[in-house]
Amino acid sequence: MNEQEYNIAGLSRQEFPMLQDAACRDRNGRPFHYLDSAASALTPESVLRAMDGYYRQYRCNVHRGMYDESARATEEYETSRIKVAGLLNAAPEEIVFTRGATESLNMVAYKLAARLGPGDEVVISIMEHHANLVTWQQFAKQYGFKVRFIGLRDDFTLDMDEARRLIGPQTKVVSVMHVSNALGTVLPLGELHDLARQHGATVIVDAAQSVGHRPIDVQTMDCDFLAFSGHKMYGPTGIGVLYGKHERLDALDPFLYGGDMILEVTEEDSKWNGPPHKFEAGTPNIAGAIGLGAAVDFVTAVGVENIERHERALARRALSRLADVPGLKIYGPTNDELDRGGVVSFNVEGIHPHDMADILGGEGVCTRGGHHCAMPLMRRLGLPGTTRASFGLYNGEKDIEALQSAILKAIKTLKA
Amino acid sequence: MNGIDHDRIGRADLYRQNILDHNRSPRNRRRMDDATISRREVNMSCGDDVEIFVRVEDGRIADLSFDGIGCAISQAATSMLTEKAKGLTLEEVAVLDRSFVFGLLGVEVGPARLKCALLGLETLKKALRENSDT
Ligand SMILES: Cc1ncc(COP(=O)(O)O)c(C=O)c1O
Repeated sequence: MNEQEYNIAGLSRQEFPMLQDAACRDRNGRPFHYLDSAASALTPESVLRAMDGYYRQYRCNVHRGMYDESARATEEYETSRIKVAGLLNAAPEEIVFTRGATESLNMVAYKLAARLGPGDEVVISIMEHHANLVTWQQFAKQYGFKVRFIGLRDDFTLDMDEARRLIGPQTKVVSVMHVSNALGTVLPLGELHDLARQHGATVIVDAAQSVGHRPIDVQTMDCDFLAFSGHKMYGPTGIGVLYGKHERLDALDPFLYGGDMILEVTEEDSKWNGPPHKFEAGTPNIAGAIGLGAAVDFVTAVGVENIERHERALARRALSRLADVPGLKIYGPTNDELDRGGVVSFNVEGIHPHDMADILGGEGVCTRGGHHCAMPLMRRLGLPGTTRASFGLYNGEKDIEALQSAILKAIKTLKA
Repeated sequence: MNGIDHDRIGRADLYRQNILDHNRSPRNRRRMDDATISRREVNMSCGDDVEIFVRVEDGRIADLSFDGIGCAISQAATSMLTEKAKGLTLEEVAVLDRSFVFGLLGVEVGPARLKCALLGLETLKKALRENSDT
């Protein structure tokens, strides 16, 4: 790792209250090596300040309030939308605020699935998070279409030969993740989308692990819809985004009915507002959206390319350190030629991932053990789960050293 | 961590010698040919898998064994259970609860691992309950 990448983390650590000494003292002297950012990334001061500012200074409802504080709430809320649009290279009206990636994926599937039926197919990957997988699986049962799974090659990359076999004229939707939260694999979206386009299929991207972690341009990515959560990109929980191409959002019916999503209501009928408001019924998560806007500012200031480089460097560093651990197997791309996200999934022979994660936790190394919401993937790999270390921009060499020595300690404890 | 059990329980404690010993050399780990009752339960979210075999005679557990894979806590707790529950009456087993398992393990298990610790006992109780229903 070079000095510059180190400094990114070194500088930004100051920004995170949970990484300060005072917070760590509450842990009975246990250090806090936070290696669970793929589950949720920590929140920087600037995001906390933005949300606090809303609650303290202008905590009023958005839209139609004829006084300064409500006007300001509306303005900040809509400014966040513009910021998110900027991050993705989308137009503001293509950004729908939701509760998170899960809600975004459900929302779009709910609307698209109703148009599918017997003979139609939806193609996903075997790596999909349950938020994408279970959603299509259940709608398939309801509407009679089929879900096809693209498998993996031995190096944990997506099997593009299988993708070419599966995607055809019967394919109506291709819905895959950008970066795997379980393996760190980066999916070849360009190739997949070309295939999907050849057959006129709608393209959905689960970008929960990539927005804010690597540059995203929805124009070059050429997707119809894209979903992500604020809390995985240093923003608050309870806020996320569904991006949709304007004409695609326009053509979809609303998901929830209520206030703000309507243009005109009579006793007999209603006319819908245009996107994005058509999909934001009711009082939204105003503080969350404002916090997300601040998180966009934060990752932009650090530089999303720098974050990407840093995470990848940490992952490679971890891979090379863990390669020395006896009996340890990595599940995910290990070849330096392959792009990968900041997630390192592993098992040590004879040790259950929960025992591993539990002992690591006791050493102040915060990882996650289990199926990472990808049970069909684990089943295909023949595993009860893995232990996963995932990196954020605040992590550095020390965290990886701590990870390695805690793994060695766990092996000693469990195998002695 | 104020109010949270973590440090009272202490992970070092969770992986104490008796638990590790039962995990490495489980007792009564065998499939039973003459079992009167058997039942398999899985902790889907953890990947813990336990199958319990019971031979009931005169309302008592005459023999008890298990087979399974999973984390050290689930396997050790089940192994200990098979030692201690042998000879108990069905009524006695029916009232066993988490404190009994904590007693076996010698440590109170926190919320994150409770399902692992209780899998064996729950499986045994379900097996016996189901059997008494039929
Ligand atoms: C790839 C991926 N998709 C979807 C989700 C769901 O995100 P959320 O729980 O924030 O809705 C996650 C979170 O773990 C994820 O990693």
